[in-house]
Amino acid sequence: MNILVCISQVPDTTTKVKFTDNNTRLDTTGIQWVINPWDELSLTRALELKDDASSGVAKVSVALVGPVSTEPTIRKALAIGADDAYRVDTEALDAYQVAAQLAEVVKAGSFDIILCGIESSDYNGSNVGGMLAEFLNYPSVSGISNLDVKDGQVQVSREIDGGKEMIALPTPFVGIVQKGIAKEPRIAAMRGIMMARKKPIQIVESAPVEPLSQTLAFEPPQPRPACNFIDPDNPEQLITLLQNEAKVI
Amino acid sequence: MSVLVYTENWNGKFKKLSFELASYASRLAEMLNMDPIAVSIGQVDRDELEKLAGYGIKKMIAIENDALKQFDTQTYTKVIADIASRESAKLLVLANNNAGKSLAPRLSVRLKAAVASGVGQLPEKLSPFVIKKRVFSGNALAGLELRTETKIITLAQNSFDLIEKPADMVIEKAEADLAGIAPKTSIKDVQIQTGKLLLSDAEIVVSGGRGMKSPDNWGPIEELAGLLNGATACSRPVSDEGWRPHEEHTGQTGKIIAPNLYFAIGISGATQHLAGISASKYIVAINNDKDAPIFEAAQYGIVGDATKVLPKLVEALRKAKSA
Ligand SMILES: Cc1cc2nc3c(=O)[nH]c(=O)nc-3n(C[C@H](O)[C@H](O)[C@H](O)COP(=O)(O)OP(=O)(O)OC[C@H]3O[C@@H](n4cnc5c(N)ncnc54)[C@H](O)[C@@H]3O)c2cc1C
Ligand SMILES: Nc1ncnc2c1ncn2[C@@H]1O[C@H](COP(=O)(O)O)[C@@H](O)[C@H]1O
Repeated sequence: MNILVCISQVPDTTTKVKFTDNNTRLDTTGIQWVINPWDELSLTRALELKDDASSGVAKVSVALVGPVSTEPTIRKALAIGADDAYRVDTEALDAYQVAAQLAEVVKAGSFDIILCGIESSDYNGSNVGGMLAEFLNYPSVSGISNLDVKDGQVQVSREIDGGKEMIALPTPFVGIVQKGIAKEPRIAAMRGIMMARKKPIQIVESAPVEPLSQTLAFEPPQPRPACNFIDPDNPEQLITLLQNEAKVI
Repeated sequence: MSVLVYTENWNGKFKKLSFELASYASRLAEMLNMDPIAVSIGQVDRDELEKLAGYGIKKMIAIENDALKQFDTQTYTKVIADIASRESAKLLVLANNNAGKSLAPRLSVRLKAAVASGVGQLPEKLSPFVIKKRVFSGNALAGLELRTETKIITLAQNSFDLIEKPADMVIEKAEADLAGIAPKTSIKDVQIQTGKLLLSDAEIVVSGGRGMKSPDNWGPIEELAGLLNGATACSRPVSDEGWRPHEEHTGQTGKIIAPNLYFAIGISGATQHLAGISASKYIVAINNDKDAPIFEAAQYGIVGDATKVLPKLVEALRKAKSA
């Protein structure tokens, strides 16, 4: 059984985002690129399954749609433990165009489980995983916080009101991953970093697909009004404000 | 031509979110001069369906089918896409919640419709169609152009005010054509342990950070959440320490939520934490450091020791509720 983890690269979480070219583009100067947090957790879970002989998982690959400048991020995934990687050589333009490229990678390969993150922490799209599943006509479950594989049988779970539900599904499928799938992301050890240099990154030519949407410009969010401080000895006042001013309780 | 809104139900009932969706879809339909139509899948009583008429919906297409008892993304996508085609829907509106996030992208590919997800407002321009959405975890807004004839919007919860607008609504019971597509996913088991609301759907969330000092101090947080019918959450170090379950951790690497009201108690307000909660409509912060960054994000603040302030707050709320 083979797992493909789709990874996107996003600015490091501490980045102060700035824009350039009349606020039409992200200013990438000084940005540290990292693997999207949920993709890092997916990769970790995939590797945990591979380490467990009873799962039947033999190989873990990663795929990224992006230009050559994204290769350090791919190398990081290889250093963490992925066996090999695919890079579709094109700029990522929108979720539809990215998912269409990933669909070609999946069709050309032999993957049983495809994992995507619930969202990219930069564009907050939440779209690529579901689109990929539909392009492939595979079943998908969104928001999974657990993935178990025993002898090729798959069970995922996701949170619902008051608890969680366990869902069985056949392979191949797309799992769209939420926090919880793995506890801590695995980090690359020195040995992994050395080995990653020799691992293959297959460069895939992009398919001619037009994006359906385009980001025109960015702007800062509306500033929040200043905080209204309430006397700690008078919590009644807070309740009154929440009831009558904010009208939220 | 129509604006089609998918109004999910929870055990046969609608939530505030459903009415937000209906309000949004009716306003959008007005702007576009189209008909606002809703689709509901599952067993929902007529009285409940009627409620959507209060928010401008002109037609409700209700589908009950045993094969749709369990939420399966492929079958639901087919059903909604079929209705969208039949009703010449040019805009589809879904919630930016679990169901919406699973369906919108699939519908996008099926209908070749561009998606704007997590939107909080009406479009800025209709042609070209430009709509704003939050990006970079709330640190910026992006003006997104949707270039396809059919378009999909997922609406962030608590971002659009209800608009009461009574309409004559027809309810049409429709059949789903499920020939050749059996659901491939099956729910094997449901574990209800906490009795608590799903964090990502909760209207009110009470969250504690490292300033709570010890897991033994969580009693009043639970109580406050209970009194307000809310969910509990925490910052990352709290779940890392094992004080609280991992499912409760909000932030950049945890849950991203947008409740109506978020209590941040003993939470400093690090950017990674704010990334998960800054879309909350109102934030209340309780912290003993008046310079804590959380107060910059909060509308209401109390500077004080949480272990002392919180029990008093719970007590006051209990009184207010029984009054
Ligand atoms: C890559 C990365 C990802 C991260 N992702 C997340 C994430 O998703 N979510 C997240 O939460 N964090 C995340 N973090 C961690 C984040 O940077 C902060 O360290 C964390 O949010 C701090 O948690 P805290 O506010 O509970 O604790 P602290 O920073 O320790 O703050 C405790 C606060 O409590 C106050 N306090 C102390 N005693 C009291 C008292 N008696 N009464 C009232 N107030 C009191 C203090 O003044 C302080 O403001 C991430 C960090 C990194 C590097
Ligand atoms: N450029 C990309 N290359 C590979 N996978 C991607 C890319 N962009 C997004 N993804 C995947 O899709 C998920 C959700 O992304 P998004 O729809 O952009 O929020 C990510 O967590 C990745 O798994």
